[in-house]
Amino acid sequence: MVLQSSLKNCLQLSCILRTPKAGFRSTTSGGLIVQSVSNDVYQNLAVEDWIHDHMNLENQQVLFIWRNSPAVVIGRHQNPWQECNLRLIRQKNIKLARRRSGGGTVYHDLGNINLTFFTTRKKYERMENLKLVVKALKALRPQLDVHVTDRYDILLDRHYKISGTAAKLGRATAYHHCTLLCNADKFVLSSVLKSPYRGLKSNATPSVPASVKNLFEEDPTLTCEMLLDAIAEEYAAQHQIDHHITLINPADEIVLPGINNKTKELQTWEWVYGKTPKFSISTCFNMVYKDCVLDVKVDMDVKHGRIEACNIDVPEQWLPPALCRELAKSLTGIKFCPNETTTLATTLLRVCPQDDELHSKWNLLCENMITLM
Amino acid sequence: VCIHRVRSCSSIRFIKSKYVCVFDKSALKFSHQQRLFRTSAASCGQIVQFKLSDIGEGITEVTVKEWYIKEGDSVSQFDSICEVQSDKASVTITSRYDGIIRKLHYNLDEIAYVGKPLVDIEIDASKGVAPEEDVVETPPMSHEEHTHQEIKGHKTLATPAVRRLAMENNIKLSEVVGTGKDNRILKEDILNYLAKQTGAILPPSPKAEIIPPLPKSETVPVAPKDKAHKIPVPVSRPIVFSGKDKTEPITGFHKAMVKTMSAALKIPHFGYCDEIDLTQLVQLREELKPLAQSRGVKLSFMPFFIKAASLGLLQYPILNSSLDESCQNVTYKASHNIGVAMDTEQGLIVPNVKNVQVCSVFEIASELNRLQSLGSAGQLGTNDLTGGTFTLSNIGTIGGTYAKPVILPPEVAIGALGKIQVLPRFNGKGEVFKAQIMNVSWSADHRIIDGATMARFSNLWKSYLENPASMLLDLK
Repeated sequence: MVLQSSLKNCLQLSCILRTPKAGFRSTTSGGLIVQSVSNDVYQNLAVEDWIHDHMNLENQQVLFIWRNSPAVVIGRHQNPWQECNLRLIRQKNIKLARRRSGGGTVYHDLGNINLTFFTTRKKYERMENLKLVVKALKALRPQLDVHVTDRYDILLDRHYKISGTAAKLGRATAYHHCTLLCNADKFVLSSVLKSPYRGLKSNATPSVPASVKNLFEEDPTLTCEMLLDAIAEEYAAQHQIDHHITLINPADEIVLPGINNKTKELQTWEWVYGKTPKFSISTCFNMVYKDCVLDVKVDMDVKHGRIEACNIDVPEQWLPPALCRELAKSLTGIKFCPNETTTLATTLLRVCPQDDELHSKWNLLCENMITLM
Repeated sequence: VCIHRVRSCSSIRFIKSKYVCVFDKSALKFSHQQRLFRTSAASCGQIVQFKLSDIGEGITEVTVKEWYIKEGDSVSQFDSICEVQSDKASVTITSRYDGIIRKLHYNLDEIAYVGKPLVDIEIDASKGVAPEEDVVETPPMSHEEHTHQEIKGHKTLATPAVRRLAMENNIKLSEVVGTGKDNRILKEDILNYLAKQTGAILPPSPKAEIIPPLPKSETVPVAPKDKAHKIPVPVSRPIVFSGKDKTEPITGFHKAMVKTMSAALKIPHFGYCDEIDLTQLVQLREELKPLAQSRGVKLSFMPFFIKAASLGLLQYPILNSSLDESCQNVTYKASHNIGVAMDTEQGLIVPNVKNVQVCSVFEIASELNRLQSLGSAGQLGTNDLTGGTFTLSNIGTIGGTYAKPVILPPEVAIGALGKIQVLPRFNGKGEVFKAQIMNVSWSADHRIIDGATMARFSNLWKSYLENPASMLLDLK
């Protein structure tokens, strides 16, 4: 961490990755095309961070191509509870990541290609990049009706979104990345990107839902490999470099010193959930106990992913108010997370009066509280 | 975490500067350009309005999403100031100046305009600094290229960025050879110095041998005339240790543990320990493992321990009971819901296997697999974690022999299992053989359980495990 500043101006990566074939560089543009061998979203995001922090892009721009195994990626300032179905994601073992760039939430799987265009801050130009992609697609399949909108989306047949964009600007470098739907699982995509959580009030960046389509559906002969090859070729042509894709291993600490720390950081709860802007929940739900239906009202404030304040209203005769207050007080300070809540609530039961009915009521209330998370 | 250092300047030149330096590490962990120290200085520097620079693409307004500093904080050039967002682009704004933040022009989620002031920074116009110690944060520097620094009378020229690099690595600038103009210390000099170090954080130990002075004795005076017995005066350099205490509030889960354990402490515990020869069980498990595997279940020793415990509880049901709060009534629980202590990231959780009294060893193993995978995924439900009546803690998987487990209320007994060790033992014929020995440590509530009961239960449990065939006779 300390020596990062000394590496900032170091062309170390390009020195190691440069092969004899990665040709001549003209005075106006130079480029490098790298592709990740990993399908781990955290590792790949870490590579983006690394290039952003350590490479000098004055004389050489970089195109980074990557694909991920199933993952939901939220934008820097977004609220995961607002954006996706966390319950479903946990059940299906889909990863959740928060990237450093802005923008909305996307679903990645191996049928989706991610492209990151690295430039100096001055040369940051999203429209150019997207036009490059469209040009590549049209060169591959001239009959494809694809174009770039002014919201920096790429639309197929004027209607279906096949690419979304986000960007990150630092002091001297910038990157623009976008997705490209080739053959992703649309069913999973739409089910995980639908949030079941109600009553959330937040200033987090909202996503703008759109109808999506895979390029594969338009032309079943297309594969991810063909697409990324076409894009690399176009990039190489425009930057006057050899059409050569260098493979990069995001676990290689020698080529990318410090990369494993970056990967770890991206996986921490504090980053993924803790960076959520402050939000509040105000909701009610019904519980069925024996033959009665009970109304429960819950109000919570969540800051840095932790419960800052909590109030639970349950019909008085059903559960002693002192116990509810006890639960609400204990929840204050813990992570807004089903696991912590379960462990907390069940541990607290040990010091409550040993009454089977009380216990089953308590468990029912807790299970319902957990559905909010 | 803050350290306060008050420096008063003795030199007449700096009469106006009385600095209170506070080192504050509370800011963002994830900004790689971060190094914050809060300083309030009484000096009057020049206030500069740092305007929001051009984002590119013709963007004129952005939303402020996160502040990395607050008013009164001291910043250096290139430190991150805030994160703004514009139309899917997240931009990190870094400071152009060294100075103190005097005003933030926007609140969170407000719209900021390109070309308009973002923050006001006070730049210290005065040149030069008071004499200081090495580890202390320096007061805001002028944004001229170099500054003089007095360290024990030795002047060192270095830019603020170089000094920060030195400080981050606990390097005394006086020990670095400067290769710049006027012997100025450059960043390369620091890096060269670092490369020569073996990576030790502490500065080199003093060369003089430190001999502690003889303790003064009141009854026996030190003989001052013995000149041959000269004690060198200890010469020690202050050892620089930059670790800081960290205080965190106890929240949520830990608070619940505090409550549980405090309640547990009220239970008068007694302990009973023994040694179990698992040689036969080890062999049995080896034979059964592949069979369980073929059914998709991983078979450990725990299912045997749990089933044997349940068989024992059938004979000694008081160990599966619960005492009410007023100690008026004891409830004998019908179900043997045996808890298995699990170590997770948050700490200790105890899911339980329900109704062991009607489960086969295989069913117990299968249920354990389910609980273990849910436990490691952090997805255990309330039903799995409540209703336990008796607990076993296999601390031996981590290590240890004998332990002193704490009873988990509202239960009345608990067993801690040590690790299995291969030890020499004597058999019936008086021969030494290789035995697989495990220690068990029981704790029980002495209000309703007596030593004899615990001992008999333990013996029964032990006999089932030492001779697994005997379990067959009593299995239901």
